[in-house]
Amino acid sequence: MIGKLDDTLAFHEAALNLRAQRQQVLASNIANADTPNYKARDFDFTKALQNALASNSTEPLQMTRTSPDHLPGNEKTTIAGVPLLYRTVQQGSVDNNTVDMDAERNQFADNALRYEASITMISAQIKNLLAAVQG
Amino acid sequence: MSLFNIFNVSGSAMSAQSQRLNTVASNLANAESVTSSNGQPYRAKQVVFSAVPLAGNEAASGVKVQQVVEDSSPPRKVYDPKNPAADEKGYVSMPNVNVVEEMVNMISASRSYQNNVETMNTAKSMLVKTLTIGQ
Repeated sequence: MIGKLDDTLAFHEAALNLRAQRQQVLASNIANADTPNYKARDFDFTKALQNALASNSTEPLQMTRTSPDHLPGNEKTTIAGVPLLYRTVQQGSVDNNTVDMDAERNQFADNALRYEASITMISAQIKNLLAAVQG
Repeated sequence: MSLFNIFNVSGSAMSAQSQRLNTVASNLANAESVTSSNGQPYRAKQVVFSAVPLAGNEAASGVKVQQVVEDSSPPRKVYDPKNPAADEKGYVSMPNVNVVEEMVNMISASRSYQNNVETMNTAKSMLVKTLTIGQ
């Protein structure tokens, strides 16, 4: 029964975690809108959520380095096993910054709304469970 | 908790932008300062932003003012032979502050600051909403 309780909330828990992380990435983009040479970043939310639910969100395998001179095999930043990628440039700028404020604000508001939607869902699920428990 | 990091990210951006606004104010205030502490005409100052990854978190980067550089463009020459600071040809070296550029810089800094305040407010409302889970 406890396992089932956990399963009920697992989806939205994973979703909320990833939404919060994505919000942070988007906040970094907005914060660095005036930083020269900064590249806007984001990750594939669908894939990240699939990975998190499949609980194979382990980091990609690293090569063993027996000497500090060895090159790291794969040191890309990942979120739930999905690499943190760079946005394609819509309009270039003279300082090589690729933050498009319209796109970032759009994604930021969208992500915040979906986060709150997930919270509403999880609250409703808890209410359902309580109703089942209390009769 | 990712959402708390947004406060660090946006906060660092806000202090960087306010420092930029500070240099704009300094440049505008000294647009007519013929001499400064080193005896030379005042030189316009510009801040240089750089992105710094948060400790232990590659996904988010804050902003810091890497350095404050002085504008190397030549001083503006104004013909005013009666001025005590005039050279033998009667020209006074005025600061190389471009008032139009500074005004544009000011608007850009204040807009970026507002963007970050908005980001922070959104993060705050998300956190408050998170606290309502299960109520």
